[in-house]
Amino acid sequence: MDDTVLATVGAWLLAGFLALVAAVLTADHAFAIQMGIVAAAAMCAAIASASRGSRVLAGHAGVAVRSDRYYDDVIRWGVIATVFWGVVGFLVGIVVASQLAFPLLNLNFEYTTFGRLRPLHTSAVIFAFGGNALIATSFYVVQRTCRARLAFPALARFVFWGYQLFIVLAATGYILGITEGREYAEPEWYVDIWLTVVWVSYLAVFVGTIIKRSEPHIYVANWFYLGFIITVAMLHVVNNLSLPVTLLGSKSYSLFSGVQDALTQWWYGHNAVGFFLTAGFLGMMYYFVPKQAERPIYSYRLSIIHFWSLIFLYIWAGPHHLHYTALPDWAQTLGMVFSVMLWMPSWGGMINGLMTLNGAWDKVRTDPIIRMMVFALAFYGMSTFEGPMMSVKSVNSLSHYTNWTIGHVHSGALGWNGMITFGAIYYMVPRLWGRERLYSLRMVNWHFWCATLGIVLYAASMWVAGITQGLMWREYGDDGYLVYSFAEVVAAMHPYYVIRIGGGLLYFTGALFMVWNVWMTIAGKLRNEASMSSAPYDPERDRPATPFTSAKGGAIAAAE
Amino acid sequence: MAENKRIDEKTGTQTVGHEWDGIEELDTPMPRWWLVTFYATIVFAIGYCIAYPAWPLVSRATAGVLGWTSHGDLDREMKGEQVRRRPIMRALAVTPIESLPANPQLLAAAEEGGRSAFKVHCAACHGAGAAGSKGYPNLNDDDWLWGGTLTDIQQTLIHGIRQPGDDDTRQSQMPAFGRDGVLTPEQVQDAVSYVRYISHQEGGSQSAMRGRELFAANCAVCHGEKGEGNRTVGAPRLNDSIWLYGGDRDSLTDTITNAHGGIMPAWGKQLDPLTIKMLAAYVHSLGGGESSAPVNVGDTSGKPAAAPGATGK
Repeated sequence: MDDTVLATVGAWLLAGFLALVAAVLTADHAFAIQMGIVAAAAMCAAIASASRGSRVLAGHAGVAVRSDRYYDDVIRWGVIATVFWGVVGFLVGIVVASQLAFPLLNLNFEYTTFGRLRPLHTSAVIFAFGGNALIATSFYVVQRTCRARLAFPALARFVFWGYQLFIVLAATGYILGITEGREYAEPEWYVDIWLTVVWVSYLAVFVGTIIKRSEPHIYVANWFYLGFIITVAMLHVVNNLSLPVTLLGSKSYSLFSGVQDALTQWWYGHNAVGFFLTAGFLGMMYYFVPKQAERPIYSYRLSIIHFWSLIFLYIWAGPHHLHYTALPDWAQTLGMVFSVMLWMPSWGGMINGLMTLNGAWDKVRTDPIIRMMVFALAFYGMSTFEGPMMSVKSVNSLSHYTNWTIGHVHSGALGWNGMITFGAIYYMVPRLWGRERLYSLRMVNWHFWCATLGIVLYAASMWVAGITQGLMWREYGDDGYLVYSFAEVVAAMHPYYVIRIGGGLLYFTGALFMVWNVWMTIAGKLRNEASMSSAPYDPERDRPATPFTSAKGGAIAAAE
Repeated sequence: MAENKRIDEKTGTQTVGHEWDGIEELDTPMPRWWLVTFYATIVFAIGYCIAYPAWPLVSRATAGVLGWTSHGDLDREMKGEQVRRRPIMRALAVTPIESLPANPQLLAAAEEGGRSAFKVHCAACHGAGAAGSKGYPNLNDDDWLWGGTLTDIQQTLIHGIRQPGDDDTRQSQMPAFGRDGVLTPEQVQDAVSYVRYISHQEGGSQSAMRGRELFAANCAVCHGEKGEGNRTVGAPRLNDSIWLYGGDRDSLTDTITNAHGGIMPAWGKQLDPLTIKMLAAYVHSLGGGESSAPVNVGDTSGKPAAAPGATGK
């Protein structure tokens, strides 16, 4: 083996050894389990590096670089991971929704209580499902719109597997009771450090690819992806500034305290929505919608203005999560007005997406993938109107802490993030695996209707529940006393919680159709069915611009 | 970049001239309504920042021309409510609880206040509908452990039941007859039979007849000759069908063997006298409240609880 391979394997073995030492020395039972997982992961990485290294040295064909092709391995894994974590996340969502309706389902067992499973659900859908979708699509899109092969393929593989380790550490940590107690940032210090390393590597791969592009200009999708990657790095680092109690334990304390801590958290929390779930997924939208519709983007000018106004305004909107709290009035005002100004910049993305269908609206009828994307944009538009509205203080005084917020989040997450991701997956899978078309476009249609019906049930029940809840909490009788006790309001939520479970089950059923469809497509099967239309695929055009490629395409991966 | 510009056939709009992986961009101007609405939100934001506290300066933020603060807003609302309620609260505070029934308007106001406070402080144990549960008495019936007049209830609320550290708390302790070896297990069973006999749950078996003597010797001193109970010591009535810990054989066996002695907090330390008075009026109104005159056996009760002149919370 050559030196690089040896050094890599050695580094992984050392990391695994250190993790094992930490697992043995710690007094923290849960931390020991986490370090055990790290050690096992490091061992797998060492074995993988060694076997890959020896295959490269043996000149094995499988690892030879085809520089006339895009580097899609990591994207294929990412698509499978997206589908897998999506199903896991939706399932846990159904479990926690059921626990709210039927508390017995907490099972009186610490590992299965709502408090531990809820972050498992939120992290699984946002970071595992959404994160993998973003990483996979960003690698797919950046290569194709730069007409350049992915930079640093080895680092890209590290990003993928490192990100999966982050997910596993976060998820097992929640179940073991390890949490920082910060919404969407629950993992503890060591997981945060690991994610920082992975994220910086992600940035390097992405920027590296942009730098070696063959196109003169950087496409709008890549602005959004880049905005998402850079801002998330900043948000993650600042919000997770904390001091571990010991290097041999999971617990750490935030560097901030009191209302500063709360504001830092919600600056992070809101921009996780803004840059992860909005900017990142707009990047996805800006590639897959015009590709699937086979139409030009509606307005270049709109894309510039709405990108910069979105990026500039979003970062100030976080304080609206802290209306009517100890946060100073002035900060609440700014949080609100920046959120209100955010309305049109957000809608710019919807307009540009929907109006791209100008001249191809008939495809909404004939192409189920386009229908999914259009639906996603409609829900994007609805929830980005609802958000600014809920940030207005007088509305917020009714909606805050109620199920309305949950309904709002899910109309965005299920409607926008979910549907645009499903659309992107259906677009990519046949192309990534070199299939003629999807196993079944009819099945995409079934997925669409299950998901749509599920979202309608979910969002409608939570709107009704939230407004009911808000009104009951604030209802005073003639004598000036509250009319309802807290427990009475909880009891009033029951029917809506049950309807919500129904909505979740429908959405989940739709996702199962996707699993089957993706599985069969990868297996190379075609369902015998009445045909529906979809965008055509020309493999010959799906390749990097490689004017300098000589005949020796056999350079080895390790050399990059 | 301009060399690849072309007119898009379907929309008649010119493209910008870029192309990425087959994606082009049209040079459509921004929609007018979009731009106008965007400007409108900016104008609104500026106006709002002028009106309300907004921009942080060196030592404080701009106050806004309306002079609005969230603290001031809350203060004004609370003060307004206080002013509105002051006459009735003042009257409630100076009226001794036993005089409330004579003033229906005051009584109704007290019950409403009590209803609200009950949901916050009492519902956790006694239930939102005050129906109680095992170990926590139902407050809707007329079966009172320590007395059901307004003053009795107020006394119980202020000092609690078996509240450690409160000298005036309702105090008593049933012996653990079985556990402490006062009665053998067989005797406990006989006592159970007798208690079930006087509560009309079982016939007069031999065991019950043996239990009659045991009851007279051990239980009657507190629970009364006929099991009619004694409110001075909070001994429950046994010859009815209302049970605090259950009237089946197993529950009664457990009760006689190990005894019970539930604790209720002394709310006088946590709530103001007016709230307690209102709570007492509310509990009294639930259905089983007794009028003050006839059956007030507890000699510790009857102290006026509310300090005259005390104002609302």
